[in-house]
Amino acid sequence: MSRATRDKIFRIFCRLASYFALVILAVLLIHVVKEGWQWLDLQFLSSFPSRHPEKAGVKAAIFGSLYLISLTALFAIPVGVGSALYLEEYAENNKFNRMIQVCIANLAGMPSIIYGLLGMLVFGRFFMLEDSLLTGALTLALMALPVITISSRNSIQSVPRSLREAGYAVGARKYQVVFFQVLPAAIPGIMTGVILSISRAIGETAPLIVVGALSYIAFVPESLMDPFTVLPVQVYNWASRPQEEFHQLAAAGIITLLAVLFLLNSLAVFIRMRASRRR
Amino acid sequence: MWKDFVEKGSRHALLTLSLLSLITTVLVIGLLIKESTGFFAQVSIFDFLFGTTWQPLIEPRQFGVLPLVMGTMYIVIGAVAIALPLGVLIAVYLSQYASEKTRAWLKPSLEVLAGIPTVVYGYFALSFITPSLQKMFEGVDIFNAVSGAIVVGIMIIPMISSICDDAFQALPPSLTEGAYALGATSLEVVFQIMIPAAAAHIWSAVVLAVSRAIGETMAVTLAAGSNPNLFGSPLESIQTMTAYIVQVSLGDVEHGGVEYLTSFAVALLLFAMTLSMNILGHKMVKRSARYKQ
Repeated sequence: MSRATRDKIFRIFCRLASYFALVILAVLLIHVVKEGWQWLDLQFLSSFPSRHPEKAGVKAAIFGSLYLISLTALFAIPVGVGSALYLEEYAENNKFNRMIQVCIANLAGMPSIIYGLLGMLVFGRFFMLEDSLLTGALTLALMALPVITISSRNSIQSVPRSLREAGYAVGARKYQVVFFQVLPAAIPGIMTGVILSISRAIGETAPLIVVGALSYIAFVPESLMDPFTVLPVQVYNWASRPQEEFHQLAAAGIITLLAVLFLLNSLAVFIRMRASRRR
Repeated sequence: MWKDFVEKGSRHALLTLSLLSLITTVLVIGLLIKESTGFFAQVSIFDFLFGTTWQPLIEPRQFGVLPLVMGTMYIVIGAVAIALPLGVLIAVYLSQYASEKTRAWLKPSLEVLAGIPTVVYGYFALSFITPSLQKMFEGVDIFNAVSGAIVVGIMIIPMISSICDDAFQALPPSLTEGAYALGATSLEVVFQIMIPAAAAHIWSAVVLAVSRAIGETMAVTLAAGSNPNLFGSPLESIQTMTAYIVQVSLGDVEHGGVEYLTSFAVALLLFAMTLSMNILGHKMVKRSARYKQ
Protein backbone atom coordinates (compact mmCIF):
# COMPACT_ATOMS: atom_id res chain seq x y z
CA MET A 1 0.00 0.00 0.00
CA SER A 2 1.41 3.33 -0.95
CA ARG A 3 1.90 6.10 1.58
CA ALA A 4 -0.76 8.19 -0.12
CA THR A 5 -3.35 5.39 0.13
CA ARG A 6 -2.61 4.81 3.78
CA ASP A 7 -2.97 8.52 4.35
CA LYS A 8 -6.36 8.52 2.65
CA ILE A 9 -7.57 5.56 4.69
CA PHE A 10 -6.46 7.29 7.87
CA ARG A 11 -8.38 10.42 6.94
CA ILE A 12 -11.49 8.32 6.41
CA PHE A 13 -11.01 6.70 9.83
CA CYS A 14 -10.75 10.10 11.51
CA ARG A 15 -13.90 11.28 9.79
CA LEU A 16 -15.74 8.05 10.67
CA ALA A 17 -14.74 8.35 14.33
CA SER A 18 -16.23 11.85 14.49
CA TYR A 19 -19.45 10.84 12.81
CA PHE A 20 -19.64 7.65 14.87
CA ALA A 21 -19.87 9.73 18.05
CA LEU A 22 -22.70 11.75 16.52
CA VAL A 23 -24.48 8.60 15.37
CA ILE A 24 -24.42 7.29 18.94
CA LEU A 25 -25.95 10.56 20.12
CA ALA A 26 -28.65 10.26 17.46
CA VAL A 27 -29.36 6.59 18.29
CA LEU A 28 -29.65 7.45 21.97
CA LEU A 29 -32.11 10.28 21.36
CA ILE A 30 -34.18 8.31 18.83
CA HIS A 31 -34.31 5.28 21.12
CA VAL A 32 -35.48 7.36 24.08
CA VAL A 33 -38.12 9.19 22.06
CA LYS A 34 -39.37 5.99 20.43
CA GLU A 35 -39.73 4.22 23.79
CA GLY A 36 -41.17 7.08 25.78
CA TRP A 37 -43.28 9.04 23.32
CA GLN A 38 -46.51 7.13 23.83
CA TRP A 39 -46.46 7.71 27.61
CA LEU A 40 -45.81 11.42 27.33
CA ASP A 41 -49.13 13.18 27.78
CA LEU A 42 -50.77 15.71 30.07
CA GLN A 43 -51.70 12.94 32.47
CA PHE A 44 -48.02 11.92 32.77
CA LEU A 45 -46.91 15.48 33.44
CA SER A 46 -49.61 16.17 36.02
CA SER A 47 -49.65 12.94 38.03
CA PHE A 48 -47.71 11.75 41.04
CA PRO A 49 -45.73 8.48 41.04
CA SER A 50 -47.82 5.34 41.26
CA ARG A 51 -47.47 1.58 41.38
CA HIS A 52 -49.62 1.43 38.28
CA PRO A 53 -47.64 2.56 35.24
CA GLU A 54 -50.69 4.01 33.48
CA LYS A 55 -51.39 6.31 36.44
CA ALA A 56 -47.80 7.30 37.17
CA GLY A 57 -46.40 10.73 36.42
CA VAL A 58 -43.66 13.22 37.08
CA LYS A 59 -45.42 16.19 38.66
CA ALA A 60 -43.55 15.94 41.97
CA ALA A 61 -40.27 15.36 40.14
CA ILE A 62 -40.66 18.36 37.81
CA PHE A 63 -41.42 20.73 40.69
CA GLY A 64 -38.67 19.12 42.77
CA SER A 65 -36.13 19.59 39.99
CA LEU A 66 -37.11 23.21 39.36
CA TYR A 67 -37.09 24.17 43.05
CA LEU A 68 -33.86 22.33 43.68
CA ILE A 69 -32.05 23.90 40.77
CA SER A 70 -33.24 27.43 41.61
CA LEU A 71 -31.99 27.02 45.17
CA THR A 72 -28.72 25.52 43.99
CA ALA A 73 -28.13 28.44 41.63
CA LEU A 74 -29.06 30.88 44.39
CA PHE A 75 -26.38 29.42 46.69
CA ALA A 76 -23.68 28.51 44.20
CA ILE A 77 -23.52 31.49 41.83
CA PRO A 78 -22.80 34.31 44.32
CA VAL A 79 -20.26 32.21 46.23
CA GLY A 80 -18.56 30.92 43.08
CA VAL A 81 -18.35 34.30 41.36
CA GLY A 82 -17.32 35.96 44.64
CA SER A 83 -14.43 33.62 45.23
CA ALA A 84 -13.37 33.96 41.58
CA LEU A 85 -13.29 37.76 42.04
CA TYR A 86 -11.21 37.35 45.20
CA LEU A 87 -8.72 34.99 43.59
CA GLU A 88 -8.32 37.08 40.43
CA GLU A 89 -8.54 40.65 41.74
CA TYR A 90 -7.43 40.60 45.39
CA ALA A 91 -5.38 37.52 46.22
CA GLU A 92 -1.62 37.90 46.41
CA ASN A 93 0.42 35.01 45.09
CA ASN A 94 1.20 33.45 48.47
CA LYS A 95 1.11 29.96 49.90
CA PHE A 96 -2.35 30.32 51.43
CA ASN A 97 -4.02 31.49 48.23
CA ARG A 98 -2.28 28.82 46.19
CA MET A 99 -3.63 26.26 48.64
CA ILE A 100 -7.19 27.53 48.02
CA GLN A 101 -6.61 27.09 44.29
CA VAL A 102 -5.36 23.53 44.75
CA CYS A 103 -8.46 22.76 46.82
CA ILE A 104 -10.75 24.13 44.10
CA ALA A 105 -8.99 22.12 41.38
CA ASN A 106 -9.33 18.92 43.39
CA LEU A 107 -12.95 19.55 44.35
CA ALA A 108 -13.76 19.98 40.65
CA GLY A 109 -12.59 16.40 40.03
CA MET A 110 -14.17 14.79 43.08
CA PRO A 111 -16.79 12.11 42.28
CA SER A 112 -20.32 13.45 42.80
CA ILE A 113 -21.28 10.61 45.10
CA ILE A 114 -18.73 11.81 47.67
CA TYR A 115 -20.48 15.18 47.68
CA GLY A 116 -23.60 13.20 48.54
CA LEU A 117 -21.93 11.58 51.57
CA LEU A 118 -20.55 14.98 52.65
CA GLY A 119 -23.96 16.64 52.29
CA MET A 120 -25.67 13.86 54.21
CA LEU A 121 -23.22 14.13 57.12
CA VAL A 122 -22.92 17.92 57.26
CA PHE A 123 -26.35 19.23 56.24
CA GLY A 124 -28.51 16.18 56.89
CA ARG A 125 -27.05 15.09 60.23
CA PHE A 126 -25.01 17.92 61.75
CA PHE A 127 -27.36 20.76 60.84
CA MET A 128 -30.32 18.38 61.20
CA LEU A 129 -31.92 19.32 57.89
CA GLU A 130 -32.66 15.62 57.30
CA ASP A 131 -33.55 14.62 53.72
CA SER A 132 -35.04 18.01 52.89
CA LEU A 133 -35.01 20.11 49.75
CA LEU A 134 -32.51 22.39 51.51
CA THR A 135 -30.04 19.55 52.12
CA GLY A 136 -30.23 18.56 48.44
CA ALA A 137 -29.75 22.12 47.23
CA LEU A 138 -26.81 22.84 49.54
CA THR A 139 -25.15 19.57 48.50
CA LEU A 140 -25.54 20.31 44.80
CA ALA A 141 -24.34 23.88 45.39
CA LEU A 142 -21.10 22.57 46.90
CA MET A 143 -20.70 20.35 43.84
CA ALA A 144 -21.36 23.16 41.34
CA LEU A 145 -19.11 25.63 43.16
CA PRO A 146 -15.66 24.66 41.84
CA VAL A 147 -16.78 24.59 38.19
CA ILE A 148 -18.40 28.03 38.53
CA THR A 149 -15.31 29.42 40.28
CA ILE A 150 -12.85 28.07 37.70
CA SER A 151 -14.80 29.26 34.66
CA SER A 152 -15.57 32.65 36.24
CA ARG A 153 -11.86 33.13 36.94
CA ASN A 154 -11.09 32.47 33.29
CA SER A 155 -13.55 35.03 32.06
CA ILE A 156 -12.48 37.62 34.68
CA GLN A 157 -8.89 37.03 33.57
CA SER A 158 -9.79 37.86 29.97
CA VAL A 159 -11.22 41.29 30.88
CA PRO A 160 -8.67 43.70 29.37
CA ARG A 161 -6.30 45.46 31.80
CA SER A 162 -7.05 48.78 30.17
CA LEU A 163 -10.60 48.68 31.54
CA ARG A 164 -9.28 48.51 35.11
CA GLU A 165 -6.63 51.17 34.46
CA ALA A 166 -9.30 53.48 33.00
CA GLY A 167 -11.37 53.06 36.17
CA TYR A 168 -8.42 53.88 38.42
CA ALA A 169 -7.47 56.81 36.18
CA VAL A 170 -10.78 58.55 36.84
CA GLY A 171 -10.32 58.01 40.57
CA ALA A 172 -12.39 54.87 41.21
CA ARG A 173 -11.80 52.77 44.31
CA LYS A 174 -10.79 49.15 43.94
CA TYR A 175 -14.22 47.85 44.85
CA GLN A 176 -15.79 50.21 42.34
CA VAL A 177 -13.50 48.92 39.60
CA VAL A 178 -14.10 45.30 40.60
CA PHE A 179 -17.88 45.44 40.94
CA PHE A 180 -18.82 48.09 38.37
CA GLN A 181 -16.18 47.58 35.66
CA VAL A 182 -14.67 44.10 35.78
CA LEU A 183 -17.71 42.10 36.89
CA PRO A 184 -20.17 43.45 34.27
CA ALA A 185 -17.59 42.94 31.53
CA ALA A 186 -17.03 39.34 32.60
CA ILE A 187 -20.69 38.39 32.91
CA PRO A 188 -21.22 36.82 29.46
CA GLY A 189 -18.26 34.49 30.08
CA ILE A 190 -19.36 33.76 33.63
CA MET A 191 -22.80 32.77 32.32
CA THR A 192 -21.23 30.04 30.18
CA GLY A 193 -19.70 28.37 33.22
CA VAL A 194 -22.90 28.80 35.19
CA ILE A 195 -24.99 27.15 32.46
CA LEU A 196 -22.54 24.27 32.31
CA SER A 197 -22.50 23.57 36.04
CA ILE A 198 -26.23 24.10 36.55
CA SER A 199 -27.02 21.74 33.65
CA ARG A 200 -24.77 19.18 35.29
CA ALA A 201 -26.61 19.68 38.58
CA ILE A 202 -30.06 19.15 36.98
CA GLY A 203 -29.02 15.73 35.72
CA GLU A 204 -27.26 14.72 38.91
CA THR A 205 -28.65 11.62 40.58
CA ALA A 206 -26.11 9.89 42.81
CA PRO A 207 -25.55 12.58 45.48
CA LEU A 208 -29.29 13.11 45.81
CA ILE A 209 -29.92 9.42 46.35
CA VAL A 210 -27.26 9.50 49.08
CA VAL A 211 -28.80 12.51 50.85
CA GLY A 212 -32.14 10.73 50.70
CA ALA A 213 -34.18 12.05 47.77
CA LEU A 214 -37.11 9.68 47.54
CA SER A 215 -38.75 8.55 44.36
CA TYR A 216 -42.17 8.05 45.90
CA ILE A 217 -43.40 11.54 46.74
CA ALA A 218 -47.09 12.19 46.21
CA PHE A 219 -47.02 15.94 46.81
CA VAL A 220 -45.27 19.05 45.57
CA PRO A 221 -42.71 20.29 48.14
CA GLU A 222 -44.06 23.41 49.85
CA SER A 223 -41.24 24.40 52.16
CA LEU A 224 -37.47 24.12 52.25
CA MET A 225 -37.76 21.38 54.85
CA ASP A 226 -40.02 19.07 52.81
CA PRO A 227 -38.73 15.80 51.39
CA PHE A 228 -38.45 15.88 47.62
CA THR A 229 -37.75 13.95 44.45
CA VAL A 230 -36.21 15.07 41.18
CA LEU A 231 -36.50 13.90 37.56
CA PRO A 232 -33.23 11.90 37.40
CA VAL A 233 -34.00 10.05 40.65
CA GLN A 234 -37.47 9.24 39.33
CA VAL A 235 -35.94 8.03 36.05
CA TYR A 236 -33.46 5.86 37.95
CA ASN A 237 -36.23 4.35 40.01
CA TRP A 238 -38.30 3.43 36.95
CA ALA A 239 -35.33 2.20 34.94
CA SER A 240 -34.20 -0.08 37.77
CA ARG A 241 -37.53 -1.94 37.84
CA PRO A 242 -37.84 -5.08 35.78
CA GLN A 243 -41.19 -4.37 34.05
CA GLU A 244 -41.15 -3.13 30.47
CA GLU A 245 -43.83 -0.47 31.17
CA PHE A 246 -41.67 1.19 33.77
CA HIS A 247 -38.73 1.29 31.34
CA GLN A 248 -40.97 3.16 28.92
CA LEU A 249 -42.00 5.49 31.74
CA ALA A 250 -38.29 6.06 32.41
CA ALA A 251 -37.87 7.02 28.74
CA ALA A 252 -40.76 9.46 29.02
CA GLY A 253 -39.14 10.87 32.16
CA ILE A 254 -35.87 11.26 30.25
CA ILE A 255 -37.64 13.21 27.48
CA THR A 256 -39.04 15.53 30.16
CA LEU A 257 -35.60 15.87 31.75
CA LEU A 258 -33.90 16.65 28.43
CA ALA A 259 -36.65 19.15 27.60
CA VAL A 260 -36.12 20.95 30.92
CA LEU A 261 -32.36 20.95 30.27
CA PHE A 262 -32.87 22.33 26.77
CA LEU A 263 -35.24 25.08 27.93
CA LEU A 264 -32.91 26.23 30.70
CA ASN A 265 -29.93 26.20 28.33
CA SER A 266 -31.79 28.27 25.75
CA LEU A 267 -32.86 30.71 28.44
CA ALA A 268 -29.27 31.07 29.62
CA VAL A 269 -27.94 31.55 26.10
CA PHE A 270 -30.61 34.21 25.54
CA ILE A 271 -29.61 36.05 28.73
CA ARG A 272 -25.97 35.84 27.72
CA MET A 273 -26.67 37.27 24.28
CA ARG A 274 -28.61 40.18 25.77
CA ALA A 275 -25.88 40.84 28.32
CA SER A 276 -23.17 40.95 25.68
CA ARG A 277 -25.26 43.17 23.39
CA ARG A 278 -25.86 45.76 26.09
CA ARG A 279 -22.15 46.36 26.59
CA MET B 1 -15.15 57.18 55.21
CA TRP B 2 -18.09 55.07 54.00
CA LYS B 3 -16.10 54.11 50.94
CA ASP B 4 -13.18 52.94 53.10
CA PHE B 5 -15.57 50.70 54.93
CA VAL B 6 -17.02 49.22 51.74
CA GLU B 7 -13.51 48.77 50.34
CA LYS B 8 -12.35 46.73 53.33
CA GLY B 9 -15.66 44.97 53.79
CA SER B 10 -15.90 43.77 50.20
CA ARG B 11 -12.38 42.39 50.32
CA HIS B 12 -13.06 40.43 53.48
CA ALA B 13 -16.45 39.22 52.25
CA LEU B 14 -14.91 37.85 49.05
CA LEU B 15 -12.09 36.20 51.00
CA THR B 16 -14.68 34.49 53.21
CA LEU B 17 -16.50 33.15 50.15
CA SER B 18 -13.33 31.64 48.73
CA LEU B 19 -12.51 30.06 52.09
CA LEU B 20 -15.51 27.79 51.55
CA SER B 21 -13.52 25.63 49.12
CA LEU B 22 -10.83 25.13 51.73
CA ILE B 23 -13.41 24.26 54.38
CA THR B 24 -15.15 21.78 52.04
CA THR B 25 -11.86 20.02 51.30
CA VAL B 26 -10.96 19.78 54.99
CA LEU B 27 -14.47 18.50 55.81
CA VAL B 28 -14.40 15.84 53.11
CA ILE B 29 -11.04 14.46 54.18
CA GLY B 30 -11.79 14.82 57.90
CA LEU B 31 -15.24 13.26 57.83
CA LEU B 32 -14.28 10.37 55.53
CA ILE B 33 -11.34 9.54 57.80
CA LYS B 34 -13.42 9.94 60.98
CA GLU B 35 -16.22 7.63 59.78
CA SER B 36 -13.76 5.12 58.34
CA THR B 37 -11.93 4.97 61.67
CA GLY B 38 -15.13 3.59 63.16
CA PHE B 39 -15.14 0.94 60.47
CA PHE B 40 -11.47 0.03 60.84
CA ALA B 41 -11.98 -0.39 64.59
CA GLN B 42 -14.12 -3.41 63.71
CA VAL B 43 -12.42 -4.66 60.54
CA SER B 44 -8.66 -4.66 60.05
CA ILE B 45 -7.29 -2.49 57.24
CA PHE B 46 -5.42 -5.50 55.92
CA ASP B 47 -8.60 -7.59 55.57
CA PHE B 48 -10.31 -4.63 53.89
CA LEU B 49 -7.62 -3.90 51.33
CA PHE B 50 -6.57 -7.44 50.49
CA GLY B 51 -9.65 -9.54 51.23
CA THR B 52 -11.10 -11.26 48.19
CA THR B 53 -14.76 -11.54 49.22
CA TRP B 54 -17.14 -8.62 49.60
CA GLN B 55 -20.18 -9.70 51.54
CA PRO B 56 -21.01 -6.89 53.94
CA LEU B 57 -24.78 -7.21 54.22
CA ILE B 58 -25.36 -10.92 54.91
CA GLU B 59 -23.76 -13.39 57.32
CA PRO B 60 -20.99 -14.50 57.34
CA ARG B 61 -19.84 -10.95 56.73
CA GLN B 62 -16.66 -10.39 54.84
CA PHE B 63 -15.17 -7.03 53.99
CA GLY B 64 -12.54 -7.59 51.30
CA VAL B 65 -12.81 -4.61 48.96
CA LEU B 66 -10.90 -6.17 46.04
CA PRO B 67 -14.03 -7.37 44.17
CA LEU B 68 -15.38 -3.81 44.14
CA VAL B 69 -12.01 -2.42 42.99
CA MET B 70 -11.93 -5.08 40.30
CA GLY B 71 -15.45 -4.11 39.17
CA THR B 72 -14.35 -0.50 38.89
CA MET B 73 -11.26 -1.59 36.94
CA TYR B 74 -13.37 -3.49 34.39
CA ILE B 75 -15.34 -0.31 33.74
CA VAL B 76 -12.25 1.92 33.64
CA ILE B 77 -10.21 -0.28 31.31
CA GLY B 78 -13.13 -0.93 28.96
CA ALA B 79 -14.16 2.71 28.87
CA VAL B 80 -10.65 4.01 28.18
CA ALA B 81 -10.08 1.33 25.53
CA ILE B 82 -13.13 2.70 23.69
CA ALA B 83 -12.74 6.40 24.35
CA LEU B 84 -8.99 6.85 23.84
CA PRO B 85 -8.69 5.78 20.18
CA LEU B 86 -11.98 7.45 19.24
CA GLY B 87 -11.18 10.61 21.18
CA VAL B 88 -7.71 10.98 19.63
CA LEU B 89 -9.01 10.31 16.09
CA ILE B 90 -11.77 12.89 16.59
CA ALA B 91 -9.21 15.41 17.85
CA VAL B 92 -7.04 14.75 14.79
CA TYR B 93 -10.04 15.22 12.52
CA LEU B 94 -11.05 18.45 14.27
CA SER B 95 -7.59 19.97 14.25
CA GLN B 96 -6.24 18.70 10.91
CA TYR B 97 -8.94 17.78 8.43
CA ALA B 98 -12.21 19.46 9.32
CA SER B 99 -13.03 22.77 7.66
CA GLU B 100 -13.76 25.79 9.85
CA LYS B 101 -17.43 25.29 9.09
CA THR B 102 -17.51 21.59 10.06
CA ARG B 103 -15.54 22.36 13.21
CA ALA B 104 -18.00 25.06 14.20
CA TRP B 105 -20.92 22.62 14.45
CA LEU B 106 -19.07 19.37 15.23
CA LYS B 107 -17.41 20.59 18.42
CA PRO B 108 -20.59 21.78 20.16
CA SER B 109 -22.44 18.63 19.05
CA LEU B 110 -19.78 16.51 20.74
CA GLU B 111 -20.16 18.63 23.88
CA VAL B 112 -23.81 17.57 23.94
CA LEU B 113 -22.63 13.98 24.53
CA ALA B 114 -20.84 15.19 27.67
CA GLY B 115 -23.88 17.15 28.82
CA ILE B 116 -26.36 14.27 28.83
CA PRO B 117 -27.12 13.18 32.43
CA THR B 118 -25.43 9.95 33.45
CA VAL B 119 -28.69 8.32 34.48
CA VAL B 120 -29.78 8.63 30.83
CA TYR B 121 -26.69 6.69 29.78
CA GLY B 122 -27.58 4.09 32.37
CA TYR B 123 -31.03 3.71 30.87
CA PHE B 124 -29.52 3.57 27.36
CA ALA B 125 -27.14 0.80 28.42
CA LEU B 126 -29.88 -1.21 30.06
CA SER B 127 -32.53 -0.86 27.37
CA PHE B 128 -30.49 -0.61 24.17
CA ILE B 129 -26.84 -1.70 24.46
CA THR B 130 -27.43 -4.81 26.59
CA PRO B 131 -30.25 -6.16 24.36
CA SER B 132 -28.03 -5.51 21.30
CA LEU B 133 -25.15 -7.38 22.95
CA GLN B 134 -27.49 -10.24 23.82
CA LYS B 135 -28.44 -10.55 20.16
CA MET B 136 -24.77 -10.68 19.13
CA PHE B 137 -23.25 -12.90 21.82
CA GLU B 138 -24.29 -15.88 23.89
CA GLY B 139 -24.41 -15.70 27.66
CA VAL B 140 -24.75 -11.95 28.19
CA ASP B 141 -26.54 -11.19 31.46
CA ILE B 142 -29.08 -8.39 31.82
CA PHE B 143 -26.57 -6.62 34.04
CA ASN B 144 -23.03 -6.83 32.70
CA ALA B 145 -19.72 -5.01 32.88
CA VAL B 146 -19.29 -4.66 29.10
CA SER B 147 -22.43 -2.61 28.64
CA GLY B 148 -21.41 -0.35 31.54
CA ALA B 149 -17.92 0.10 30.12
CA ILE B 150 -19.34 1.00 26.69
CA VAL B 151 -21.57 3.80 27.99
CA VAL B 152 -18.90 5.19 30.28
CA GLY B 153 -16.57 5.12 27.27
CA ILE B 154 -19.09 7.09 25.19
CA MET B 155 -19.45 9.55 28.03
CA ILE B 156 -15.74 10.35 28.26
CA ILE B 157 -15.08 10.65 24.50
CA PRO B 158 -15.75 14.44 24.48
CA MET B 159 -13.41 14.94 27.42
CA ILE B 160 -10.50 13.17 25.70
CA SER B 161 -11.18 14.71 22.28
CA SER B 162 -11.36 18.25 23.64
CA ILE B 163 -8.14 18.00 25.70
CA CYS B 164 -6.29 16.42 22.72
CA ASP B 165 -7.74 18.97 20.30
CA ASP B 166 -6.54 21.83 22.53
CA ALA B 167 -3.10 20.20 22.71
CA PHE B 168 -2.89 19.78 18.91
CA GLN B 169 -4.02 23.38 18.37
CA ALA B 170 -1.35 24.61 20.76
CA LEU B 171 1.52 22.96 18.87
CA PRO B 172 3.68 25.49 16.99
CA PRO B 173 2.64 25.41 13.31
CA SER B 174 6.31 25.34 12.29
CA LEU B 175 6.52 21.80 13.66
CA THR B 176 3.95 20.29 11.31
CA GLU B 177 4.76 22.60 8.41
CA GLY B 178 8.38 21.52 8.59
CA ALA B 179 7.34 17.89 8.22
CA TYR B 180 4.94 18.66 5.37
CA ALA B 181 7.74 20.60 3.61
CA LEU B 182 9.87 17.45 3.73
CA GLY B 183 7.07 15.59 1.92
CA ALA B 184 5.48 13.74 4.85
CA THR B 185 1.87 12.64 4.50
CA SER B 186 -0.64 13.80 7.09
CA LEU B 187 -0.70 10.29 8.57
CA GLU B 188 3.04 10.50 9.19
CA VAL B 189 2.73 14.00 10.58
CA VAL B 190 0.03 12.86 13.02
CA PHE B 191 1.82 9.78 14.32
CA GLN B 192 5.43 10.92 14.18
CA ILE B 193 5.14 14.62 14.99
CA MET B 194 1.83 15.62 16.56
CA ILE B 195 1.08 12.70 18.87
CA PRO B 196 4.65 12.51 20.29
CA ALA B 197 4.73 16.29 20.75
CA ALA B 198 1.37 16.31 22.49
CA ALA B 199 2.02 13.07 24.41
CA ALA B 200 1.98 14.69 27.85
CA HIS B 201 -1.44 16.20 27.20
CA ILE B 202 -2.81 12.96 25.78
CA TRP B 203 -1.61 11.10 28.87
CA SER B 204 -3.11 13.70 31.14
CA ALA B 205 -6.40 13.33 29.23
CA VAL B 206 -6.25 9.59 29.87
CA VAL B 207 -5.53 10.08 33.56
CA LEU B 208 -8.39 12.57 33.99
CA ALA B 209 -10.69 10.26 32.02
CA VAL B 210 -9.75 7.36 34.29
CA SER B 211 -10.59 9.48 37.29
CA ARG B 212 -13.97 10.36 35.74
CA ALA B 213 -14.66 6.69 35.03
CA ILE B 214 -13.73 5.62 38.58
CA GLY B 215 -16.16 8.13 40.03
CA GLU B 216 -18.96 7.43 37.55
CA THR B 217 -21.98 6.17 39.44
CA MET B 218 -25.45 6.02 37.93
CA ALA B 219 -24.60 4.58 34.53
CA VAL B 220 -22.64 1.71 36.05
CA THR B 221 -25.20 1.10 38.77
CA LEU B 222 -27.94 0.68 36.18
CA ALA B 223 -25.88 -1.16 33.57
CA ALA B 224 -23.55 -3.38 35.57
CA GLY B 225 -25.73 -4.31 38.51
CA SER B 226 -24.73 -5.15 42.07
CA ASN B 227 -22.91 -8.43 42.21
CA PRO B 228 -19.37 -8.02 43.61
CA ASN B 229 -17.24 -10.55 41.79
CA LEU B 230 -13.45 -10.71 41.82
CA PHE B 231 -12.81 -12.86 38.79
CA GLY B 232 -16.19 -12.70 37.09
CA SER B 233 -16.64 -12.63 33.34
CA PRO B 234 -17.22 -9.13 31.97
CA LEU B 235 -20.44 -10.48 30.47
CA GLU B 236 -21.80 -11.04 33.97
CA SER B 237 -22.94 -8.62 36.62
CA ILE B 238 -20.30 -6.87 38.72
CA GLN B 239 -20.38 -4.11 41.31
CA THR B 240 -18.23 -1.00 41.36
CA MET B 241 -17.23 0.98 44.43
CA THR B 242 -19.67 3.77 43.55
CA ALA B 243 -22.53 1.33 42.89
CA TYR B 244 -22.01 -0.15 46.35
CA ILE B 245 -22.40 3.27 47.99
CA VAL B 246 -25.68 3.73 46.09
CA GLN B 247 -26.86 0.30 47.20
CA VAL B 248 -26.22 1.15 50.85
CA SER B 249 -27.93 4.55 50.47
CA LEU B 250 -31.04 2.97 48.96
CA GLY B 251 -31.32 0.21 51.55
CA ASP B 252 -32.63 0.58 55.06
CA VAL B 253 -29.33 0.42 56.82
CA GLU B 254 -29.04 1.26 60.49
CA HIS B 255 -27.00 4.40 61.14
CA GLY B 256 -23.75 3.71 62.93
CA GLY B 257 -23.82 -0.01 62.18
CA VAL B 258 -20.90 -1.61 60.40
CA GLU B 259 -22.84 -1.84 57.10
CA TYR B 260 -23.40 1.90 57.22
CA LEU B 261 -19.73 2.57 57.97
CA THR B 262 -18.55 0.42 55.04
CA SER B 263 -19.75 3.01 52.55
CA PHE B 264 -17.39 5.57 54.10
CA ALA B 265 -14.42 3.21 53.97
CA VAL B 266 -15.21 2.54 50.30
CA ALA B 267 -15.67 6.27 49.70
CA LEU B 268 -12.32 7.03 51.32
CA LEU B 269 -10.61 4.59 48.98
CA LEU B 270 -12.52 6.08 46.03
CA PHE B 271 -11.49 9.59 47.09
CA ALA B 272 -7.83 8.58 47.43
CA MET B 273 -7.86 7.00 43.97
CA THR B 274 -9.51 9.91 42.14
CA LEU B 275 -7.46 12.50 44.06
CA SER B 276 -4.14 10.90 43.11
CA MET B 277 -5.30 10.56 39.50
CA ASN B 278 -6.33 14.22 39.35
CA ILE B 279 -3.08 15.45 40.91
CA LEU B 280 -1.08 13.31 38.49
CA GLY B 281 -3.10 14.57 35.51
CA HIS B 282 -2.69 18.24 36.41
CA LYS B 283 1.04 17.77 37.13
CA MET B 284 1.58 16.26 33.67
CA VAL B 285 -0.01 19.25 31.94
CA LYS B 286 2.03 21.68 34.01
CA ARG B 287 5.30 19.90 33.37
CA SER B 288 4.78 19.83 29.63
CA ALA B 289 3.91 23.55 29.72
CA ARG B 290 7.23 24.26 31.44
CA TYR B 291 9.07 22.11 28.92
CA LYS B 292 7.66 24.09 26.00
CA GLN B 293 8.96 27.37 27.36
